[in-house]
Amino acid sequence: MISLEFILQSVDRWLRDRLGHEVAVAVEYVLVGLFVILFFAVLGLVLVFMERKVSAWMQVRLGPNRVGPGGTLQTLADTIKLVSKEGLTPAGADRFLFNLAPVLMIVVSMLLLAPIAFARNVQLWDINIGVLYVSAISSVSVLAVLIAGWSSNNKYSLLGAMRSGAQIVSYELSAGLSVLTIVVLSGSLQVSQIIEAQQTGWWLFRGHVPVLVAMIIYLIAVTAETNRAPFDLAEAESELTAGFHTEYSGMRFALFFLAEYANVFVASAIGAILFLGGWMPLHLGNWDAFNRIMDWIPSSIWFFAKTFFFIFVIMWFRWTFPRLRIDQLLELEWKYLLPLGIVNLLVATTIAVAGWYF
Amino acid sequence: MFKEVLAEDQDCLTLNVGPQHPSTHGVLHLVITLKGETILRVDPHLGYIHRSIEKMCESLSYRQFIYVTSRMDYLSAHINNHGCALCVEKALQIEVPQRAQVIRVLMDELTRIASHVLWWGAMAMDVGAITPFFHAFREREMINEIMEETCGARLTMNYMVPGGVMYDLHPNFQRRVKQFISFFKSKLNEYDELLTDNIIFKQRTQHIGVLRREDAISFGATGPVGRGSGWACDVRKRAPYECYHQLQFEQVVEQAGDCYARYLVRMGEMRQSLSIIEQLIDNIPSGDYQAKTKAVLKLPKGEYYSRVETARGEFGVYIVSDGGTTPYRIKFRSPGFSNLSALDHMSRGHKIGDLVAIMGSLDLVIPDIDR
Amino acid sequence: MTLKQYFRNIWDGMRSLAAGMRRTGYYFFHHKEIITQEYPDVPPRLAERFRGEVVMPHNENNEHRCTGCTACELACPNGTIKIITKYEITPDGKKKKALDKFIYHLELCTMCNLCIIACPTDAIKMSQAFEHSVFDRSQLIKILNKPGSRLMEGVE
Repeated sequence: MISLEFILQSVDRWLRDRLGHEVAVAVEYVLVGLFVILFFAVLGLVLVFMERKVSAWMQVRLGPNRVGPGGTLQTLADTIKLVSKEGLTPAGADRFLFNLAPVLMIVVSMLLLAPIAFARNVQLWDINIGVLYVSAISSVSVLAVLIAGWSSNNKYSLLGAMRSGAQIVSYELSAGLSVLTIVVLSGSLQVSQIIEAQQTGWWLFRGHVPVLVAMIIYLIAVTAETNRAPFDLAEAESELTAGFHTEYSGMRFALFFLAEYANVFVASAIGAILFLGGWMPLHLGNWDAFNRIMDWIPSSIWFFAKTFFFIFVIMWFRWTFPRLRIDQLLELEWKYLLPLGIVNLLVATTIAVAGWYF
Repeated sequence: MFKEVLAEDQDCLTLNVGPQHPSTHGVLHLVITLKGETILRVDPHLGYIHRSIEKMCESLSYRQFIYVTSRMDYLSAHINNHGCALCVEKALQIEVPQRAQVIRVLMDELTRIASHVLWWGAMAMDVGAITPFFHAFREREMINEIMEETCGARLTMNYMVPGGVMYDLHPNFQRRVKQFISFFKSKLNEYDELLTDNIIFKQRTQHIGVLRREDAISFGATGPVGRGSGWACDVRKRAPYECYHQLQFEQVVEQAGDCYARYLVRMGEMRQSLSIIEQLIDNIPSGDYQAKTKAVLKLPKGEYYSRVETARGEFGVYIVSDGGTTPYRIKFRSPGFSNLSALDHMSRGHKIGDLVAIMGSLDLVIPDIDR
Repeated sequence: MTLKQYFRNIWDGMRSLAAGMRRTGYYFFHHKEIITQEYPDVPPRLAERFRGEVVMPHNENNEHRCTGCTACELACPNGTIKIITKYEITPDGKKKKALDKFIYHLELCTMCNLCIIACPTDAIKMSQAFEHSVFDRSQLIKILNKPGSRLMEGVE
């Protein structure tokens, strides 16, 4: 059967046969780099289109329907527009940092793709501290936001950047705690082993209430970490016009835009891996026939279906809720999410130690 | 005063909000002084859309000047026109036929709903929810279509003339208004689901921008802003015009004085307006829709004042006539101007996000403030 | 804040948020509620009273009903209408005032309808045309009476 794993292995074998080990590895590095860039471009196009359609349908509108069949080429047209626009650096801005920030932002998002398992045995880097790596790298993006806000020499940008600093540092904690809940249950930080541990069932179904609570906390925390409504205080278009990227235009703005969607994808992918078993198909107890049918569906489809489910939920949040205020945002984290997360982790640990999960 | 703030604190930041800013709903310019995110003071700078409407009216005849007032508070254009027509009728002692009175009240209340619906969407947008804005426009569109059918235009209808209304009602009017009433009643509950009960919205608006009753009176804050502070200032009740004294409706008054109270007042007013329309829609008396008036109107020498309740508050028209065909002087008392004057008082000590919520709850229409 | 109250707050908050999500979720899946009007593809239905621009109807003999009385010009608040009259010799040899040019400045017009009401002979009316954009504003100055048109018989 043709799967993502099969394709990659044949490419690998083909390269090794012709080029020898060292050159093949070098070529593979380049190929992976190209893949990541291409994947980001496609991801941006797909997610922006999805967001526009989701928002349109929730707002009793049709959404983009002019360019291409059903409006599918709309985002491509927008990208061409953004690329061909003048990238303006405002007078008084710190030119070096101003140009560094969007690049830093997109590099961070690209790095985050490394430990994600796209399908069975398809992973760029199966590092043994995978989830730790993700939470460590993802907090670097706050630096990009701070740099962007400070170097723009704009008061709105500065306010937005300062807000996002406080916000991301706080919400890292809750995201980390809910990830830990699964790490405790799986007994590993390695992404492939966390998925392997869900062979008999996803953690969401096996882990009782604590995993459900952890999933809700995780969803809220990553929505805040990726700076999306209702936690988009760094941008807050009705208060700060566009927050930290007020002064950006053209391609540099597009990079911020792309990074936001890439971060949403990564956050959802990690959520899918932790709580819904990544590429693992849905298995129900002893129903062998059912499980066989589920196994027949390619693992990459399972992974992307779960990831897009989470992405949809995050978009659903965005198009339903009003924005929080900065002090309420921190209050939610420190008074509600963090205590609940700690208690939840304790309960989950008890369950894991006692082996009470299914 | 500016120096005084700076002298107290050297670390404060001056931020220009507007005249091009998403939350100012037009070309309002606010100079805010911040310490961190906390607002120390707000200075509204006006005049970006000043068109000297009062001066323009001095060169227009008493039939012509009415339509200009649609360009002030364009969201309650009908009610503005109504106020002007009332003032001319008062001066000339024209008896408006019963049918015209009922038509005027019906149109006023439809306008009020349309205005409040738009405000609801804009308020949601100010606090960061975008979806309600589109839902609000769906309902507003229905009212606009009703207006288009009867009055001929959707925003600046110019339907009021001295002595009555310009045309008779369209034959479809009653059917479509009834359709709208039944549709809108179910949608009002959706509004509650999306915003009124929403915990984030409550957090954003409760105890924010508190305006006490005394302050509301001294700032002259009328309409939902005054009533949200516990001041029963509805002109329709206090000085009834047309057939309002025959109608059963309540004056919605909330005591808290915060943004949420103002929100609740407007939500309540939409329901009250619906009940007024329901009372009238099947009881439109037959008869003339316009009183007989002279082709050229000349107001007797003197001063005349009339007031109406627009969606934003008390709108007053003051005409000084020297006996000619055009007014000697016209003064409009627009509710938005007085309501805006309370902004600084309400937003001191709050955050930037609160300023936006307070401005949303004031329901500002900038051309109404600048005139 | 007691512990019970703390959890009650969380529960109430979550419920209120879920209510909002249920509403938007409903609209996400019910596409029949979509109200977008696809304007250039589907022409809008305009009410017959809709005020788009002032027109002067002519009958098949190229006759209009305008006597050139300038009532509309006086009623207009913006100076949108300018009427130029001429003297015509009637068959019985008398000089009679008649319309030469009815100049209508669409770019100044606010569609207030006062001219239509003022017209004693119903010579002008509002049309539903609303797509007025042109590349040069001089094209918005229109002469409403067609060339060679004359006053309808019996209209005084």
